[in-house]
Amino acid sequence: MNTSIEKESDFTVSTAMPADYFELLKPGVMRLVVFTAIAGLVIAPGQLHPVLALISILCIAIGAGASGALNMWYDSDIDAVMTRTAKRPIPSGRVSRSEALVFGLVLSFFSIFTLGVIANWLSAGLLAFTIFFYAVVYSMWLKRSTPQNIVIGGAAGAFPPMIGWAVVTNSVTIESLVLFAIIFIWTPPHFWALALFKSGDYASVGIPMMPNVAGNRSTQNQILAYSLLLAPIGFLPYWMGFVGLTYGVVSAVLGAAFVWFAFRCWQMDSDDKIMKPAKRLFAFSILYLFALFGVMILEVAAPNLIARFV
Amino acid sequence: MNETVKKDAMAAPDDVDAKRKKAQRSRNVAIGFCLAAFVIILYVATWAKLGANVMVRPL
Repeated sequence: MNTSIEKESDFTVSTAMPADYFELLKPGVMRLVVFTAIAGLVIAPGQLHPVLALISILCIAIGAGASGALNMWYDSDIDAVMTRTAKRPIPSGRVSRSEALVFGLVLSFFSIFTLGVIANWLSAGLLAFTIFFYAVVYSMWLKRSTPQNIVIGGAAGAFPPMIGWAVVTNSVTIESLVLFAIIFIWTPPHFWALALFKSGDYASVGIPMMPNVAGNRSTQNQILAYSLLLAPIGFLPYWMGFVGLTYGVVSAVLGAAFVWFAFRCWQMDSDDKIMKPAKRLFAFSILYLFALFGVMILEVAAPNLIARFV
Repeated sequence: MNETVKKDAMAAPDDVDAKRKKAQRSRNVAIGFCLAAFVIILYVATWAKLGANVMVRPL
Protein backbone atom coordinates (compact mmCIF):
# COMPACT_ATOMS: atom_id res chain seq x y z
CA MET A 1 0.00 0.00 0.00
CA ASN A 2 2.68 2.42 1.09
CA THR A 3 4.89 1.62 -1.85
CA SER A 4 2.13 2.30 -4.32
CA ILE A 5 1.36 5.61 -2.62
CA GLU A 6 5.05 6.52 -2.69
CA LYS A 7 5.26 5.61 -6.36
CA GLU A 8 2.12 7.58 -7.05
CA SER A 9 3.47 10.53 -5.10
CA ASP A 10 6.39 10.80 -7.52
CA PHE A 11 3.94 11.88 -10.17
CA THR A 12 1.68 14.12 -8.09
CA VAL A 13 2.02 17.85 -7.51
CA SER A 14 4.34 18.80 -4.67
CA THR A 15 2.97 20.47 -1.53
CA ALA A 16 6.17 22.48 -0.95
CA MET A 17 5.59 26.16 -0.20
CA PRO A 18 7.98 28.98 -1.23
CA ALA A 19 9.09 29.28 2.42
CA ASP A 20 10.33 25.68 2.30
CA TYR A 21 12.54 26.53 -0.65
CA PHE A 22 13.80 29.62 1.14
CA GLU A 23 14.79 27.38 4.05
CA LEU A 24 16.92 25.34 1.64
CA LEU A 25 19.11 28.43 1.22
CA LYS A 26 20.24 28.21 4.87
CA PRO A 27 19.31 31.83 5.72
CA GLY A 28 21.42 31.78 8.89
CA VAL A 29 24.61 30.96 6.98
CA MET A 30 23.59 33.42 4.26
CA ARG A 31 23.48 36.24 6.82
CA LEU A 32 27.13 35.69 7.71
CA VAL A 33 28.09 35.38 4.04
CA VAL A 34 26.32 38.64 3.17
CA PHE A 35 27.88 40.42 6.10
CA THR A 36 31.46 39.37 5.30
CA ALA A 37 30.97 39.98 1.57
CA ILE A 38 29.75 43.52 2.30
CA ALA A 39 32.87 44.08 4.41
CA GLY A 40 35.13 42.99 1.54
CA LEU A 41 33.21 45.19 -0.87
CA VAL A 42 33.17 48.25 1.38
CA ILE A 43 36.83 48.29 2.38
CA ALA A 44 38.16 47.49 -1.10
CA PRO A 45 39.84 50.48 -2.76
CA GLY A 46 37.92 51.86 -5.71
CA GLN A 47 34.49 53.06 -6.74
CA LEU A 48 31.39 51.04 -7.43
CA HIS A 49 27.87 52.23 -8.23
CA PRO A 50 25.70 51.52 -5.14
CA VAL A 51 23.09 49.74 -7.27
CA LEU A 52 25.73 47.44 -8.73
CA ALA A 53 27.12 46.85 -5.24
CA LEU A 54 23.66 45.88 -4.00
CA ILE A 55 23.03 43.50 -6.88
CA SER A 56 26.49 41.94 -6.46
CA ILE A 57 25.81 41.27 -2.78
CA LEU A 58 22.46 39.72 -3.74
CA CYS A 59 24.25 37.45 -6.24
CA ILE A 60 26.79 36.36 -3.62
CA ALA A 61 23.97 35.69 -1.12
CA ILE A 62 21.97 33.64 -3.61
CA GLY A 63 25.08 31.75 -4.73
CA ALA A 64 25.81 30.89 -1.10
CA GLY A 65 22.18 29.87 -0.64
CA ALA A 66 22.37 27.67 -3.73
CA SER A 67 25.36 25.84 -2.29
CA GLY A 68 23.32 25.35 0.91
CA ALA A 69 20.51 23.77 -1.13
CA LEU A 70 23.00 21.46 -2.88
CA ASN A 71 24.44 20.53 0.51
CA MET A 72 20.96 19.70 1.84
CA TRP A 73 20.27 17.63 -1.28
CA TYR A 74 23.40 15.55 -0.78
CA ASP A 75 23.21 15.30 3.02
CA SER A 76 19.49 14.54 3.38
CA ASP A 77 20.23 11.01 4.62
CA ILE A 78 22.32 12.15 7.58
CA ASP A 79 20.21 15.27 8.18
CA ALA A 80 17.25 12.98 8.89
CA VAL A 81 19.14 11.32 11.76
CA MET A 82 20.72 14.32 13.51
CA THR A 83 18.44 16.25 15.91
CA ARG A 84 19.91 19.59 14.79
CA THR A 85 18.98 19.00 11.14
CA ALA A 86 16.00 16.62 11.23
CA LYS A 87 13.49 19.44 10.67
CA ARG A 88 15.12 20.65 7.44
CA PRO A 89 12.83 20.68 4.37
CA ILE A 90 14.03 17.40 2.82
CA PRO A 91 14.14 15.11 5.88
CA SER A 92 10.81 16.50 7.10
CA GLY A 93 9.27 15.62 3.74
CA ARG A 94 8.32 19.13 2.59
CA VAL A 95 10.68 19.22 -0.41
CA SER A 96 11.93 16.26 -2.43
CA ARG A 97 15.63 15.64 -3.09
CA SER A 98 15.33 16.19 -6.83
CA GLU A 99 13.51 19.50 -6.28
CA ALA A 100 16.31 20.69 -4.01
CA LEU A 101 18.96 19.63 -6.54
CA VAL A 102 17.31 21.47 -9.43
CA PHE A 103 16.67 24.51 -7.23
CA GLY A 104 20.34 24.62 -6.18
CA LEU A 105 21.65 24.21 -9.72
CA VAL A 106 19.34 26.84 -11.22
CA LEU A 107 20.17 29.40 -8.54
CA SER A 108 23.90 28.64 -8.89
CA PHE A 109 23.76 29.31 -12.62
CA PHE A 110 21.78 32.55 -12.35
CA SER A 111 23.82 33.98 -9.46
CA ILE A 112 27.15 33.27 -11.20
CA PHE A 113 25.95 34.52 -14.58
CA THR A 114 24.45 37.72 -13.15
CA LEU A 115 27.54 38.50 -11.07
CA GLY A 116 29.73 37.98 -14.13
CA VAL A 117 27.66 40.33 -16.26
CA ILE A 118 27.10 42.97 -13.56
CA ALA A 119 30.51 43.03 -11.84
CA ASN A 120 33.31 41.01 -13.47
CA TRP A 121 34.10 37.43 -14.37
CA LEU A 122 36.83 37.07 -11.73
CA SER A 123 34.30 37.52 -8.91
CA ALA A 124 31.83 35.27 -10.78
CA GLY A 125 34.57 32.63 -11.09
CA LEU A 126 35.32 32.90 -7.37
CA LEU A 127 31.61 32.50 -6.59
CA ALA A 128 31.44 29.44 -8.86
CA PHE A 129 34.49 27.97 -7.16
CA THR A 130 32.95 28.65 -3.71
CA ILE A 131 29.75 26.79 -4.66
CA PHE A 132 31.77 23.92 -6.12
CA PHE A 133 34.02 23.80 -3.07
CA TYR A 134 31.11 23.69 -0.60
CA ALA A 135 28.86 21.31 -2.53
CA VAL A 136 31.44 18.93 -3.99
CA VAL A 137 34.75 19.18 -2.10
CA TYR A 138 33.23 19.65 1.36
CA SER A 139 29.78 18.00 1.26
CA MET A 140 30.49 15.09 -1.08
CA TRP A 141 34.09 14.35 -0.25
CA LEU A 142 35.63 15.76 2.93
CA LYS A 143 32.68 15.78 5.32
CA ARG A 144 32.31 12.02 5.48
CA SER A 145 35.92 11.03 5.03
CA THR A 146 38.25 13.03 7.29
CA PRO A 147 38.23 14.80 10.67
CA GLN A 148 39.94 17.69 8.87
CA ASN A 149 36.63 18.21 6.99
CA ILE A 150 35.79 21.61 8.40
CA VAL A 151 39.41 22.81 8.37
CA ILE A 152 39.66 22.49 4.58
CA GLY A 153 35.93 22.94 3.98
CA GLY A 154 36.10 26.19 5.93
CA ALA A 155 37.58 27.75 2.81
CA ALA A 156 34.10 27.80 1.28
CA GLY A 157 32.88 30.08 4.05
CA ALA A 158 36.01 32.21 3.81
CA PHE A 159 35.64 33.20 0.15
CA PRO A 160 32.75 35.75 0.38
CA PRO A 161 34.84 38.78 1.54
CA MET A 162 37.35 37.90 -1.18
CA ILE A 163 34.51 37.90 -3.74
CA GLY A 164 33.28 41.24 -2.39
CA TRP A 165 36.80 42.65 -2.78
CA ALA A 166 37.09 41.23 -6.32
CA VAL A 167 33.74 42.79 -7.30
CA VAL A 168 35.28 46.24 -6.76
CA THR A 169 38.91 45.71 -7.74
CA ASN A 170 38.68 42.83 -10.23
CA SER A 171 41.69 41.34 -8.46
CA VAL A 172 42.81 39.08 -5.63
CA THR A 173 45.29 40.88 -3.41
CA ILE A 174 47.11 40.22 -0.15
CA GLU A 175 44.46 42.25 1.72
CA SER A 176 41.63 40.06 0.47
CA LEU A 177 43.71 36.98 1.33
CA VAL A 178 43.96 38.28 4.92
CA LEU A 179 40.16 38.60 5.07
CA PHE A 180 39.98 35.04 3.76
CA ALA A 181 42.49 33.88 6.40
CA ILE A 182 40.49 35.39 9.28
CA ILE A 183 37.41 33.26 8.47
CA PHE A 184 39.48 30.24 7.45
CA ILE A 185 41.32 30.11 10.80
CA TRP A 186 38.15 31.04 12.73
CA THR A 187 36.20 28.06 11.35
CA PRO A 188 37.92 25.14 13.17
CA PRO A 189 37.57 26.50 16.73
CA HIS A 190 34.01 27.61 15.93
CA PHE A 191 32.87 24.23 14.60
CA TRP A 192 34.89 22.09 16.97
CA ALA A 193 33.36 23.92 19.93
CA LEU A 194 29.97 22.92 18.50
CA ALA A 195 31.18 19.39 17.74
CA LEU A 196 32.31 18.97 21.36
CA PHE A 197 28.81 19.32 22.76
CA LYS A 198 27.11 17.75 19.73
CA SER A 199 29.55 14.87 19.26
CA GLY A 200 26.80 12.29 19.89
CA ASP A 201 24.83 13.66 16.95
CA TYR A 202 27.76 13.44 14.55
CA ALA A 203 28.80 9.99 15.83
CA SER A 204 25.28 8.63 15.25
CA VAL A 205 25.56 9.32 11.52
CA GLY A 206 29.24 8.39 11.17
CA ILE A 207 30.56 11.88 10.41
CA PRO A 208 34.22 11.88 11.45
CA MET A 209 34.25 15.11 13.47
CA MET A 210 37.42 15.77 15.44
CA PRO A 211 36.02 14.85 18.92
CA ASN A 212 34.78 11.48 17.62
CA VAL A 213 38.04 10.61 15.89
CA ALA A 214 40.82 12.18 17.97
CA GLY A 215 38.93 12.55 21.26
CA ASN A 216 37.80 15.57 23.24
CA ARG A 217 41.24 16.33 24.74
CA SER A 218 42.95 16.52 21.37
CA THR A 219 40.11 18.69 20.03
CA GLN A 220 40.43 21.05 22.99
CA ASN A 221 44.18 21.34 22.34
CA GLN A 222 43.61 22.10 18.69
CA ILE A 223 40.90 24.66 19.46
CA LEU A 224 43.38 26.51 21.67
CA ALA A 225 46.12 26.32 19.01
CA TYR A 226 43.84 27.73 16.30
CA SER A 227 42.63 30.47 18.65
CA LEU A 228 46.22 31.53 19.37
CA LEU A 229 46.72 31.76 15.61
CA LEU A 230 43.43 33.58 15.03
CA ALA A 231 44.03 36.47 17.45
CA PRO A 232 47.08 37.90 15.56
CA ILE A 233 45.55 37.19 12.14
CA GLY A 234 42.44 39.09 13.21
CA PHE A 235 44.74 42.03 14.04
CA LEU A 236 46.57 41.89 10.67
CA PRO A 237 44.21 44.23 8.73
CA TYR A 238 45.08 47.05 11.12
CA TRP A 239 48.77 46.15 11.18
CA MET A 240 48.84 46.19 7.38
CA GLY A 241 47.08 49.54 7.39
CA PHE A 242 43.97 48.90 5.33
CA VAL A 243 41.58 49.45 8.25
CA GLY A 244 41.67 52.05 11.04
CA LEU A 245 42.47 52.26 14.73
CA THR A 246 38.95 51.38 15.92
CA TYR A 247 39.25 48.02 14.20
CA GLY A 248 42.75 47.61 15.66
CA VAL A 249 41.49 48.09 19.22
CA VAL A 250 38.36 45.95 18.76
CA SER A 251 40.25 43.10 17.09
CA ALA A 252 42.93 43.12 19.81
CA VAL A 253 40.39 43.03 22.64
CA LEU A 254 38.13 40.44 21.00
CA GLY A 255 41.14 38.36 19.92
CA ALA A 256 42.33 38.24 23.54
CA ALA A 257 38.78 37.35 24.65
CA PHE A 258 38.65 34.56 22.04
CA VAL A 259 41.88 33.09 23.41
CA TRP A 260 40.45 33.36 26.94
CA PHE A 261 37.27 31.49 26.00
CA ALA A 262 39.37 28.88 24.17
CA PHE A 263 41.59 28.58 27.25
CA ARG A 264 38.52 28.01 29.46
CA CYS A 265 37.39 25.37 26.98
CA TRP A 266 40.87 23.80 27.10
CA GLN A 267 40.67 23.68 30.93
CA MET A 268 37.31 21.93 30.76
CA ASP A 269 37.21 18.30 31.87
CA SER A 270 37.13 16.17 28.70
CA ASP A 271 34.34 14.05 30.17
CA ASP A 272 32.22 17.09 31.06
CA LYS A 273 28.59 16.31 30.24
CA ILE A 274 27.22 19.87 30.07
CA MET A 275 30.28 21.45 28.36
CA LYS A 276 29.40 25.01 29.28
CA PRO A 277 32.83 26.43 28.30
CA ALA A 278 32.50 24.90 24.80
CA LYS A 279 29.00 26.37 24.43
CA ARG A 280 30.27 29.77 25.54
CA LEU A 281 33.16 29.61 23.07
CA PHE A 282 30.76 28.67 20.27
CA ALA A 283 28.46 31.61 21.08
CA PHE A 284 31.38 34.02 21.42
CA SER A 285 32.95 32.88 18.14
CA ILE A 286 29.83 34.05 16.26
CA LEU A 287 29.90 37.40 18.05
CA TYR A 288 33.64 37.69 17.29
CA LEU A 289 33.26 37.37 13.55
CA PHE A 290 30.21 39.65 13.35
CA ALA A 291 31.95 42.28 15.46
CA LEU A 292 35.19 42.20 13.46
CA PHE A 293 33.54 42.56 10.08
CA GLY A 294 30.91 44.93 11.50
CA VAL A 295 33.59 47.33 12.73
CA MET A 296 35.35 47.09 9.35
CA ILE A 297 32.15 48.18 7.60
CA LEU A 298 31.29 50.92 10.09
CA GLU A 299 34.77 52.38 10.11
CA VAL A 300 34.71 52.91 6.36
CA ALA A 301 31.00 53.58 5.89
CA ALA A 302 30.34 55.87 8.88
CA PRO A 303 32.63 58.80 7.82
CA ASN A 304 31.16 58.68 4.29
CA LEU A 305 27.60 58.72 5.62
CA ILE A 306 28.39 61.54 8.05
CA ALA A 307 30.05 63.56 5.28
CA ARG A 308 27.04 63.04 3.06
CA PHE A 309 24.30 63.91 5.53
CA VAL A 310 25.89 66.38 7.99
CA MET B 1 8.71 12.21 2.57
CA ASN B 2 7.05 9.05 3.86
CA GLU B 3 5.31 10.90 6.68
CA THR B 4 3.77 13.41 4.32
CA VAL B 5 2.61 10.68 2.01
CA LYS B 6 1.09 8.75 4.89
CA LYS B 7 -0.63 11.90 6.18
CA ASP B 8 -1.80 12.67 2.66
CA ALA B 9 -3.10 9.15 2.28
CA MET B 10 -5.11 9.48 5.50
CA ALA B 11 -6.56 12.87 4.57
CA ALA B 12 -9.61 13.16 2.34
CA PRO B 13 -8.65 13.32 -1.37
CA ASP B 14 -10.27 16.75 -1.75
CA ASP B 15 -8.19 18.14 1.13
CA VAL B 16 -5.00 16.83 -0.43
CA ASP B 17 -5.94 18.23 -3.79
CA ALA B 18 -6.74 21.64 -2.32
CA LYS B 19 -3.47 21.65 -0.39
CA ARG B 20 -1.50 20.76 -3.50
CA LYS B 21 -3.27 23.37 -5.59
CA LYS B 22 -2.68 26.04 -2.98
CA ALA B 23 1.03 25.12 -2.78
CA GLN B 24 1.31 25.11 -6.57
CA ARG B 25 -0.30 28.57 -6.79
CA SER B 26 2.03 29.98 -4.11
CA ARG B 27 5.03 28.56 -5.95
CA ASN B 28 3.84 30.02 -9.25
CA VAL B 29 3.43 33.45 -7.67
CA ALA B 30 6.90 33.20 -6.12
CA ILE B 31 8.48 32.18 -9.46
CA GLY B 32 6.64 35.07 -11.14
CA PHE B 33 8.01 37.52 -8.58
CA CYS B 34 11.54 36.15 -8.99
CA LEU B 35 11.41 36.40 -12.78
CA ALA B 36 10.06 39.96 -12.61
CA ALA B 37 12.76 40.86 -10.08
CA PHE B 38 15.42 39.36 -12.34
CA VAL B 39 14.26 41.44 -15.31
CA ILE B 40 14.15 44.61 -13.19
CA ILE B 41 17.61 43.87 -11.79
CA LEU B 42 19.12 43.51 -15.27
CA TYR B 43 17.31 46.66 -16.46
CA VAL B 44 18.46 48.77 -13.50
CA ALA B 45 21.98 47.33 -13.66
CA THR B 46 22.24 48.25 -17.34
CA TRP B 47 21.39 51.87 -16.54
CA ALA B 48 23.76 51.92 -13.56
CA LYS B 49 26.60 50.43 -15.61
CA LEU B 50 26.18 52.33 -18.84
CA GLY B 51 24.13 55.39 -17.88
CA ALA B 52 23.56 57.64 -20.87
CA ASN B 53 26.11 55.59 -22.83
CA VAL B 54 23.39 53.01 -23.32
CA MET B 55 22.38 55.10 -26.32
CA VAL B 56 25.91 55.22 -27.77
CA ARG B 57 26.09 52.32 -30.19
CA PRO B 58 26.39 51.79 -33.92
CA LEU B 59 23.01 51.82 -35.58
